[in-house]
Amino acid sequence: MTSNVNDWLNEHGDYLYRFALARLRDPHQAEDAVQETMLAAIKANNYQGGSSARTWLTGILKHKIIDSQRKQIREQPLSDVIDLDTSESSMDDFFDQKGHWLDKPQTLNMPDSELEQKQFLAVLDECMSKLPKKLRAIFMLRDVHEADNENICKELDITATNAWVMLYRARMGLRKCLELHWI
Amino acid sequence: MLTCKQASKLISQSLDRPLHWSERMQLKLHLLICGPCERFKQQLKLLRTSLQRIRSGIENDQSIQLPLDVKTRIVQSIKSGQQ
Repeated sequence: MTSNVNDWLNEHGDYLYRFALARLRDPHQAEDAVQETMLAAIKANNYQGGSSARTWLTGILKHKIIDSQRKQIREQPLSDVIDLDTSESSMDDFFDQKGHWLDKPQTLNMPDSELEQKQFLAVLDECMSKLPKKLRAIFMLRDVHEADNENICKELDITATNAWVMLYRARMGLRKCLELHWI
Repeated sequence: MLTCKQASKLISQSLDRPLHWSERMQLKLHLLICGPCERFKQQLKLLRTSLQRIRSGIENDQSIQLPLDVKTRIVQSIKSGQQ
């Protein structure tokens, strides 16, 4: 059994790690996700040899990544949750009473070169870390992991309307933060 | 006529659900005359495309590898779990 794990890690470990890192954005979380994938793979022991081992392992990893995001969301203290359910007044930072922009959105430049992309990512990570954790997690699920809405709602036990409001708030906050810090 | 607040909400939701045709029409009309909301739409688009590009950048970056000590740790943990 452990020889399986050795083979998997040698052949696919780096790939799986990159896959996890690209989505979780945290080396430790990515390492843990790979470890849990290996554990689950050994336990399941249902690899048919049909599709490639990499595809099979990546499928398991995808679930583990979404699991870990979901856990983070569930672990949020109640205060954080309460903070999220007001939908209308929460936009007061961005619009006046008549619904006009307080600060008009500015043009953001697309990061082109490799260096620019790295800088952009650093700014974006910083901006994401400023979001309330629950908003960050739902944004990650939807826009980074591209989980579909139905799954998000089911997993987080929220209504679709709730999800839209939260995503709206997350994106609104992020674009504002990017305006301030990404030039 | 939509306010910018309503328009921006629809722009965000258009990423998550198909808009009703009447919503689409209203939004289209609003965007024709509202530069700031059009820029907001572009901002969200940029956010999404750059996330995708960066993600595939990391996925294909061969210089990023699972650290050796982590590999060892994983094998050890599975070994000890089986005993």
